[in-house]
Amino acid sequence: MASTASPLSKEPTAPPAPLLLEVRDLHVEFRTRDGIAKAVNGVDYGVRAGETLAVLGESGSGKSVTAQAIMGILDVPPGRITSGEILFHGQDLLKLKEEERRRIRGSGMAMIFQDALSSLNPVLSVGDQLGEMFTVHRGMSRKDARAKAVELMDRVRIPAARERVTQYPHQFSGGMRQRIMIAMAMALEPSLIIADEPTTALDVTVQAQVMDLLAELQRELNMGLILITHDLGVVADVADTIAVMYAGRIVEKAPVHEIYKAPAHPYTKGLLESIPRLDQKGQDLYAIKGLPPNLLNIPPGCAFNPRCPMAQDICRTDVPPLAKVTYEGLTAERRSACHFWKETLRG
Amino acid sequence: MAEPTAEPILEVRGLVKHYPLTQGIVIKRQIGAVKAVDGVDFDLGSGETLGIVGESGCGKSTVAKMLVNLERPTAGEIRYKGEDITRLSGRALKAVRRNIQMVFQDPYTSLNPRMTVGDIIGEPYEIHPEVAPKGSRRQKVQDLLDVVGLNPEYINRYPHQFSGGQRQRIGIARGLALRPEVIVADEPVSALDVSVQAQVVNLLERLQSEFRLSYVFIAHDLSIVRHISDRVGVMYLGRIVEVGSDAEIYEHPTHPYTQALLSAVPVPDPGAREHRERIILSGDVPSPANPPSGCRFRTRCWKARERCALEVPELAVPAEFRGLSGPAAHDSACHFAEEKHVVP
Repeated sequence: MASTASPLSKEPTAPPAPLLLEVRDLHVEFRTRDGIAKAVNGVDYGVRAGETLAVLGESGSGKSVTAQAIMGILDVPPGRITSGEILFHGQDLLKLKEEERRRIRGSGMAMIFQDALSSLNPVLSVGDQLGEMFTVHRGMSRKDARAKAVELMDRVRIPAARERVTQYPHQFSGGMRQRIMIAMAMALEPSLIIADEPTTALDVTVQAQVMDLLAELQRELNMGLILITHDLGVVADVADTIAVMYAGRIVEKAPVHEIYKAPAHPYTKGLLESIPRLDQKGQDLYAIKGLPPNLLNIPPGCAFNPRCPMAQDICRTDVPPLAKVTYEGLTAERRSACHFWKETLRG
Repeated sequence: MAEPTAEPILEVRGLVKHYPLTQGIVIKRQIGAVKAVDGVDFDLGSGETLGIVGESGCGKSTVAKMLVNLERPTAGEIRYKGEDITRLSGRALKAVRRNIQMVFQDPYTSLNPRMTVGDIIGEPYEIHPEVAPKGSRRQKVQDLLDVVGLNPEYINRYPHQFSGGQRQRIGIARGLALRPEVIVADEPVSALDVSVQAQVVNLLERLQSEFRLSYVFIAHDLSIVRHISDRVGVMYLGRIVEVGSDAEIYEHPTHPYTQALLSAVPVPDPGAREHRERIILSGDVPSPANPPSGCRFRTRCWKARERCALEVPELAVPAEFRGLSGPAAHDSACHFAEEKHVVP
């Protein structure tokens, strides 16, 4: 399993599956009326074939903006990638022409969005929208594309696919629409899928169906999956590796089992303690004090320092590097951007 | 959490809300009805929190609207301290409304962007001037801001100057302005970020003990509902299918829908994923305009038999558990109720 392989480790680990995608020191800003919003401030992560990387963060943490930069669908302007590299199969996407990127989108990587209703075209039947993938990218005839669309709908377990292929998005339920989004993303069997909050808008019973489907297709096609979410429960269910983002930076990166056992960053720790548990009836919830930072004016030093119970003087002046975390029994790579990760880990 | 007392403050009996479906433009004919709420009963004890969970379209928000008299029920009674409030009007209605207030889900759309925070929180006093005479209102509003953890100096600011969590605090302050006894909160934290959610949940709990409030807490997030509720009702397609104390519902559920719902909730514990049993329901929720006969859950239920299509199961302690004192003996509307542990 890829869960034991760590995305950025330099030393050889077994099995050494090559990195499918590698984001290196990515910076993205947005020009706004009030100034420059620094949405992404030096993000590094990577994902291998068959691996699920969960990118966890609250609104404004930069998790979706990073994904948009990878897909090449960032709004430019006001957005701007100021530096960094995005390597896909070893090739820097940021150096490619728009035409070449378009070819990669769809066949090399695809994205699933949160809101299927607004991501689908309301005036085209789902069959036409699914078929378009094949007519545009593969040059198939409309008739063959339609047959492919039915096949795809079957694959994502939409009942009566042959009849429903001519229907329009509004005739499907929320869960079914999300399946169509998944079908569209899978159509050309890309090697990487980016799913941005794919189940946030769905009810829990439907959410479980959709996550199951996604995991199964990922296994079948051995795809890399970047799952962007704010839900610590979903992450625990499906992820191999977690990257926690705060104010446009990765603050902690770890194998999923390790992070839930013992977080190595106070922000992750606060998040884990602040969620009510289905399996426990607790007393007062721990609440991280204060608010996420304004991206126009990120605090100096560690961006989390005004909300951190452990903050010292050094946290207000020095930006903590994403340092390697080591302890006995840890086999995979783990990192934390906290000056006091040792103390945090001890609890 | 306050100990619930024996005397219920709210009693809901046979509550029904049907929205007519019509056809034709000139001559309108009713061709059916969306049965949003179709026979709901529950009690709310004084000082108690009753959580209502369910998926979208199950009618939980319609129940909330009827409780605060924003919608008139098609049938049924809502008794506040023994008096049916569904048929009240005029002065009597106004008096009751003062005591049952609502906190809305979306702090972005439920506050008027052109009013200052002071005007928003003080507006209830315009309608109920007897609560606060004109001269004392500013002070009262500032006290309320302080109570919900906002700086009283912010009284002249506008909603857009606040974050989501702070806006929800403003909504809560407005709900508290008239010193109500019951607060109906419809998804009060679901629009907020995780770290801010905890702050608001803690605030609601503190206010409850400070002002002896009774809450009807409506949400789709089962974890939050468990955290805040004394008792929990599970709704499906316009009806309550199971109701009981938090331990009864979460640790000893007997209705298959509750079991499926609980098993589907992701638990933030990666160790649980290997040994946890998931009940994945097939299909979608049927249309409330045309609910299945008998038990409404039968079309998605793995236990459904012929009897389920013929007889509507009533919400009572199932025959298997009748007379027993254990936690499985609570109200569950299923012909084949059976205890099952689904929460790890």
